[in-house]
Amino acid sequence: MKDVFPLWEVFIRSRNGLAHKHVGSLHATDATLALQAARDIYTRRGEGLSIWVVPSNAITASDPADKEMMFEPTASKIYRHPTFYDVPEEVGHM
Amino acid sequence: MYTQALNAKPDAGEPQLEDAALLEAFQARIDAEDRIEPNDRMPAAYRKTLTRQISQHAHSEIVGMLPEGNWITRAPSLRRKAALLAKVQDECGHGLYLYAAAETLGTSREELVDQLLTGKAKYSSIFNYPTLTWADIGAIGWLVDGAAIMNQIPLCRCSYGPYARAMIRVCKEESFHQRQGYEIMVTLSKGNEAQREMAQDALNRWWWPCLMMFGPPDAASQHSDQSTKWKIKRFSNDELRQKFVDATVPQAHYLGLTLPDPDLKFNEQTGHWEYGAIDWDEFKQVIAGNGPCNRDRLAARNKAHAEGAWVREAALAYAEKRHARKAAA
Repeated sequence: MKDVFPLWEVFIRSRNGLAHKHVGSLHATDATLALQAARDIYTRRGEGLSIWVVPSNAITASDPADKEMMFEPTASKIYRHPTFYDVPEEVGHM
Repeated sequence: MYTQALNAKPDAGEPQLEDAALLEAFQARIDAEDRIEPNDRMPAAYRKTLTRQISQHAHSEIVGMLPEGNWITRAPSLRRKAALLAKVQDECGHGLYLYAAAETLGTSREELVDQLLTGKAKYSSIFNYPTLTWADIGAIGWLVDGAAIMNQIPLCRCSYGPYARAMIRVCKEESFHQRQGYEIMVTLSKGNEAQREMAQDALNRWWWPCLMMFGPPDAASQHSDQSTKWKIKRFSNDELRQKFVDATVPQAHYLGLTLPDPDLKFNEQTGHWEYGAIDWDEFKQVIAGNGPCNRDRLAARNKAHAEGAWVREAALAYAEKRHARKAAA
């Protein structure tokens, strides 16, 4: 189809000190127009101080089918969490 | 803003290729209030139902710009004009969030827009009514957006993640729409005789079509079961309609206006307002394409799309040219 505009993912940092967060996607022919459209679509009410637009096809994502293989092993490693370790009460907060 | 074909009919006739174990696992995720994300495995019928529902919702937002856009140049003050412009721009934004959510299910926006332009896809019946006076802008914000909010708030908890997230953004913005509409109604109802009459006339014309926005009565709607099971739909049409009536009747009374329903009465026992019979033949006619403005709305969308073609082509040509130059350098 001749009319197809590439897809972009939009990330917005809502205030200083916070990370950019994914807010949605949009279609635009180039980065300049993608940024302009992101401003119009996603920041009409002071939602952000900074915008990133990234071509969707530049993102490599994990496969949901691999979820168990990728993330399940962490569930069994409770010794990675601070609550796994006993600290004598007399020592107080650590 | 507006929804209604919200009860997109699930494609039950579609052959179910998934095996029973997968369907069961999917239903278990739904039952556990897990959110389904774009790349997750899902039944073909779930995908089709949602694609249709979300795209029809998007089309409604886009077509919904037309009746209100009709009054931008004639708004009675700069304040009203700025607010109406912002509202219409929001509707466009809502359409875009929704098209983006629909696309995550695997149908391109171009295809979806094409379905609207060719008349293949439906949009909310409410936009096939004309905006005859300025009071209609008040009535739309107050009633149509009010009805839309009732429909959309439960959708914020829809089982499909991208749709639910789009709805959260939409609902946040919808509140401004309803309040700006009601403010117009307050101003008119406190105005002179002609202004009060204008407000009453708008209420008379929009009330019944707004009640129809919630879709056919539960007894006649066989589409909702599967959508409810999949947690796309959380409340029945009649439940949402009742909530809307209960919330809206006192607001009309505050305005000193009369609802155009001689059978409307408060039931002390249930605490609900009971309304008269809805003319479902009118609803069917409007859905079938025979409402007052169906042809105008489609013609306007097609005209805008055709007249914007050169902009889309120029933007693509420019991007290609820059790309080629970069490659050559």
